[in-house]
Amino acid sequence: KCPRVSPVVTLCYCFVSPQIRVKPDNTGVVTDGVKHSMNPFCEIAVEEAVKLKEKKLIKEVVAVSCGPQQSQETIRTALAMGADRGIHVDVSGKDYENLGPLQVSKILAALAKQEDAQLILLGKQAIDDDCNQTGQMTAALLDWPQGTFASEVSLEGDKINLVREIDGGLEHIKINTPAVITADLRLNTPRYATLPNIMKAKKKKIATVKPADLGVDLTSRLEVLKVEEPPQREAGMKVETVEDLVVKLKEAGRV
Amino acid sequence: MANPLRSEVFRLYKNLLYLSREYPKGGDYFRDRLRAAFARNKAVEDPKQIKALIARGEYMARELEALYHLRKYRAMKKRYYED
Repeated sequence: KCPRVSPVVTLCYCFVSPQIRVKPDNTGVVTDGVKHSMNPFCEIAVEEAVKLKEKKLIKEVVAVSCGPQQSQETIRTALAMGADRGIHVDVSGKDYENLGPLQVSKILAALAKQEDAQLILLGKQAIDDDCNQTGQMTAALLDWPQGTFASEVSLEGDKINLVREIDGGLEHIKINTPAVITADLRLNTPRYATLPNIMKAKKKKIATVKPADLGVDLTSRLEVLKVEEPPQREAGMKVETVEDLVVKLKEAGRV
Repeated sequence: MANPLRSEVFRLYKNLLYLSREYPKGGDYFRDRLRAAFARNKAVEDPKQIKALIARGEYMARELEALYHLRKYRAMKKRYYED
């Protein structure tokens, strides 16, 4: 018997431009005018949710994004890929700058309870902050099992079979529902949100919620002290013989 | 011009325009070539031929989608996975 789970998929709205500049006051990175779109790992999560719905293993896919007004575009992309409806958690200004995995996971936990979700799918990490914490924290807050770095997911009754990509190889686990799953690169190939699908998705609803409505406190426990660019790579030196190399290394204090 | 095919041609054109935004050599580069390609075949009347051209356009669209996916996949793989 297949469970009627309704998953919530979370999307990161992060900057994907290869050219990043540090702000002059070293408090962060310039994000104004930088191209933002859906986090690639989150695209994989959305694709997995839509695939599960197409296999009729789940009832409904809800796409969630936390951020300013522009993050609704990310939700629209998810709707174009096949999600049923969206929830936009409106966070802007200073709150958005301080928004980190802890705050997002609190929001997700509150939403999961509100929506009675059985499955939460996320990307394993956001490519702008590389935290790799949101999924894990959400599972902890809800006291749900978690399957992170999933490269294969299959539902079996009310349990989930997962293959995880870990340093030593592949780990096969079985977890109960409700659960949190974070998607890794090889889970699937996300479909492209084509123009006709985007047009169709305009009819789907996106609800807007404020974190205060969910009873979530967004204060950050972290303080960014400084952000700076990595050191410029110095030019290399060529040496003629091995003896020269040893002399140069000793000079540089490396030997 | 055959009426039902006209809307299909427009849909294809709009779809390719939308896909051109992320083209690696620049959206303008792709858009110029797209416009030239459609203009070249403006006079085609035979519905079978039009259908064949539309099919080729849809093939182009799928190729672009594959290109974008591969580019993203390779970037992620290079950044996060040591091989």
